[in-house]
Amino acid sequence: MNTLTDNLELFTTGFKNTGILFIVSAVFALILGTIVAAMRVSPVPAMRAAGTLYVNTVRNMPLTVILAFFALGYPKLGLVPVNFITAAAIGLSLYTATYVAEAIRSGINTVPVGQAEAARAIGLPFMQSLTLVILPQAFRSVIPPLFSVFIALLKNTTVAAGFSVLEAGAIRANLSERGYPALTGLLWVALIFVILVIGVLSPLQRYFENKWRVAR
Amino acid sequence: MTSILFDAPGPRARSRNVVLSVITVLVVLAIIGFIILRFTESGQFTAAKWKIFTFPLVQKTILSSIGVTLRAFAAAAVGSLLFGILLAFGRLSDHRWISLPCYWVTELLRAIPVLIMMMILYYGLPPLGVHGITPFTAVVVALIAYNGSVLAEVFRAGIESLPKGQKEAGFAIGLSKGKVQRLILLPQAVRAMLPVIIAQLVVILKDTALGFIITFNEILFQANYFGTQAQYGSPVLPALMVAGATYIVLCLLLSGIAKWLEWRLRRGPKAIEIQPKVMADA
Repeated sequence: MNTLTDNLELFTTGFKNTGILFIVSAVFALILGTIVAAMRVSPVPAMRAAGTLYVNTVRNMPLTVILAFFALGYPKLGLVPVNFITAAAIGLSLYTATYVAEAIRSGINTVPVGQAEAARAIGLPFMQSLTLVILPQAFRSVIPPLFSVFIALLKNTTVAAGFSVLEAGAIRANLSERGYPALTGLLWVALIFVILVIGVLSPLQRYFENKWRVAR
Repeated sequence: MTSILFDAPGPRARSRNVVLSVITVLVVLAIIGFIILRFTESGQFTAAKWKIFTFPLVQKTILSSIGVTLRAFAAAAVGSLLFGILLAFGRLSDHRWISLPCYWVTELLRAIPVLIMMMILYYGLPPLGVHGITPFTAVVVALIAYNGSVLAEVFRAGIESLPKGQKEAGFAIGLSKGKVQRLILLPQAVRAMLPVIIAQLVVILKDTALGFIITFNEILFQANYFGTQAQYGSPVLPALMVAGATYIVLCLLLSGIAKWLEWRLRRGPKAIEIQPKVMADA
């Protein structure tokens, strides 16, 4: 208990940064992922190819490599300097967006064929049938896989600790410097993650699932 | 290609699609071009930055680090599959004193980040007097714990989605409960869930790179080591390019082998078509 109470400010800063990383990356991954999913089902072959190229490249690379690229490689390019937390947020967004895109694309496939046909029958062009008819229904049916993607994102934020971001994963290194036992600190971090996942995100998922249940 | 989402393009739609295609290609080329331009301007493609990779010793080290990654992957993959089957059978047990603990273990392991598990094993246990924890064991054990619990859910979903008649037929010909699970339900569940299982195996392969943070000498760790050699101009980006390309090749190879396996299995006796409801977990 001492390890937690004596270093409370370390834990709060750590988890505050984890929260910032999580929310920023989740928002951008959702936006980018939706765009990529739309590209992958669009009538334009080049857009489909571009979407597939992006998803296949990024999904086959470990997150650690992507974050290393932004945290260690990017500064060498002589572009606008970004701090480590921004770099981590960009890397996490780009990585998670591919998973969001795949989840949404599988959701688009679950929307009954009649919906798309009806949309076309009343003369809606592709963009309108997608944004007004298909996507709203697809989003509802992908709430469970989308939430597993976001739960994975929350856990993945710890990887940023390896690249100089002071967040939950970096608490251990700071505790060791202050002479506190690593195991106790790590178990507290693990416990907080368990609470966040089982106590916050999972109930949120059930709430949205019930609220937006597709009545068919 | 026909799609249900849009009509077959007429002359106007075709010309519009051509215009949009050209714009997309231009945008993609602009992005790639900008990256290459920045790389060239900051001297990432100069011979000096790549010189370090021409030494046989460096090449050998990189090859051996690929071997290290593959060894960790193989151990973690086999371990997670076995652990997953064990947990899935535990959860499906009729005895509550078995199924309930298995449920809690699965939920708990799925909620803790893999990296934190690796750190608990690597930094947390030695002060308690547990000896002999190498980065390799920490990486493999943490990957088995996490991916095993994810695969347990996959196996369970697969077994539960099988038609009830399969189990009943097994009991009818006099098989015991364990034999019904092992001989009747599991093979069919594995075949139905193969795409998800493969996706999870790719996740295991990618997650071995987390070992970089706990000083496990795998591909990324070696790449970063070579990338920080100042006498060769600190070739961080060339080293990361080598590491990234290696991972992409490895993951595509794994997916390719898995696709081939799936095709082989599908050729056999007709598999039951089930819609998997679970997806791989990043």
